[in-house]
Amino acid sequence: MSRPSRGYRVFQSANAVVHTLVVAVTLYPFVNIVARSFSGERQIRAGKVSLWPEGFNLTTYKIVFKDSMFWRNYGNTVLYTVVSTAVAMVLTTCYAYVLSKRHLRGRTVLVGIAVFTMFFTGGLIPNYVLITSLGLKNSIWAIALPNAISVFNLLVMKAFFENMPSDLEEAAQIDGLSTYGILLKVVLPLSKAVVATMALFYSVSFWNSWFSALLYLDDAERMPVTVYLRNLILGSTGGTNAGAATDQLSQVGANIQAVAILLTALPVLCVYPFVQRYFVKGVMLGAVKG
Amino acid sequence: MTSPTVTGEAPGATAAPAEPPPPKRRGTPKARRTWRQALRRDWQLYSLAVLPIAFFLVFRYLPMIGNVIAFRRFVPGGSVFGEEWVGLRYVHMFWNDPTFWQVFRNTLWLGGLTLVFCFPAPIVLALLLNEVRRSAVKRFVQSVSYLPHFLSIVIVAGITMQMLATDGPVNHVLGWFGHDPIRFIQEPEWFRTVYVGSEIWQTAGWGTILYLAALTTIDEDLYEAARIDGANRWQQTWHVTLPGIRPTMITLLILNIGTFMAVGFEKVLLLYNPLTYQTSDVISTYVYRTGVESSSFSYAAAIGLFEAVIGLVLITSSNFLSRRTVGTSLW
Repeated sequence: MSRPSRGYRVFQSANAVVHTLVVAVTLYPFVNIVARSFSGERQIRAGKVSLWPEGFNLTTYKIVFKDSMFWRNYGNTVLYTVVSTAVAMVLTTCYAYVLSKRHLRGRTVLVGIAVFTMFFTGGLIPNYVLITSLGLKNSIWAIALPNAISVFNLLVMKAFFENMPSDLEEAAQIDGLSTYGILLKVVLPLSKAVVATMALFYSVSFWNSWFSALLYLDDAERMPVTVYLRNLILGSTGGTNAGAATDQLSQVGANIQAVAILLTALPVLCVYPFVQRYFVKGVMLGAVKG
Repeated sequence: MTSPTVTGEAPGATAAPAEPPPPKRRGTPKARRTWRQALRRDWQLYSLAVLPIAFFLVFRYLPMIGNVIAFRRFVPGGSVFGEEWVGLRYVHMFWNDPTFWQVFRNTLWLGGLTLVFCFPAPIVLALLLNEVRRSAVKRFVQSVSYLPHFLSIVIVAGITMQMLATDGPVNHVLGWFGHDPIRFIQEPEWFRTVYVGSEIWQTAGWGTILYLAALTTIDEDLYEAARIDGANRWQQTWHVTLPGIRPTMITLLILNIGTFMAVGFEKVLLLYNPLTYQTSDVISTYVYRTGVESSSFSYAAAIGLFEAVIGLVLITSSNFLSRRTVGTSLW
């Protein structure tokens, strides 16, 4: 490596500044929201809260924790995420496994059926009309079924299965295992990494989803917590079912959004450091292998 | 790249014959294997595909066909495909609807701004990250910048509103410079900036993944050769690095152009309000309001179909252009 020139050293310092800025701009909102969630109402209004809570109090946390609707919706999110992810994993794994068999007659068509939907979709209204007339409205299936296969995840899994040595499967076949047996007892145990990654992809997207719930669920009690948060942000619910006193109410107005944002994001923020690299790997696999 | 080698124009969904085999399937003994043999041998595999295919037929292809309600009168509770043909009635309706042209313009604006600002952001960030020599620093910056991608759009919208509130940090900083607080969320002239800004915040870091992967595949010898030829850092970037990631750039550009019309529907829906409709209302939100909220299903379906067709035309033509000019294409 040649000695860095002066210009390059200047560039490196500038680059360091840029990266510091990127990190600061990304993280600041989170820190600020944490600080707000613990702050007093007057201090927030006066714009005094930046990186550290001012006028520390937990009133809003107490109110949100006492709000039965919040917990019910939180529970709904957990339920929807688990069920939808399970359905999605079964369908995606089955189809990816079928598509990975190069000798299969009609494979091109089967792949085409899936890939075409990446470029053209039915659109909001026909989907809405369909779900309504299938009678799925107000049930968990309106959320789980229409999103059961993400073509991107499907292609990542297919690429993984294709790269698996075929000897093992052939040996298992000779030993008398059926296709189902091979998939369950040979292929899946060897694919724990990709299965776990795909389950993560799906569960994060179901955890974060809100629009299908808004479209297809009518009852506030059935909503996931993301819709609770959305209503809070739009100001259509005060989150005041807990029967708060007036001074508590103004406290709530100032930082209840911060508290709800934090509590909704919390699970993702907690697992994020551990799962982030799997996501990156998954995306690269999908990109490189396609 | 993200798309496999198959062509996108697979016909409908029926079990049409695969493309490669010769036209006559039956009675050609030399064809690899007849359908009957394939079914006998692989019926278990095919059976695994039944549910997924049912999924695609019902939840993906049926809605595509369901678009015919754009040309048929739909009665709630009636057939999914509408009751009677009305021809282009709904198309004429939106064509003569001033609100439609307003949301059409807004869509072009937001789509264009997203393309101009959100598409290059990850490229710049990836190039800058690539110059960082300390890998711990590099990993840290990456991990942090991916973070917003993992959060729900609802949370991102919430954070955006908190940051831009009249008592929020941004206005606080403006206050230092003696500026009056700006009501970012209520003023139509701020909507585009707010939208694009939050979009960059949310997606730029995540977008670097593919570019950084592409950067690692560039041959070190090329840099060596460029240095021997006397290229400085900047020239190396310009003549070696950028051409090296060009296929990735073009693929992502085509994909971006394909989603041009469908600008972040969910985010607009969360960030806009009647005060900012003038700049924030886009085709998809208008479809949502007229269709789902006001129950004009056929009318909304017609607008939605128009949007989808433009999207399809955009992606196929940009794909065609790029295959002709630079030799990279999705299919």
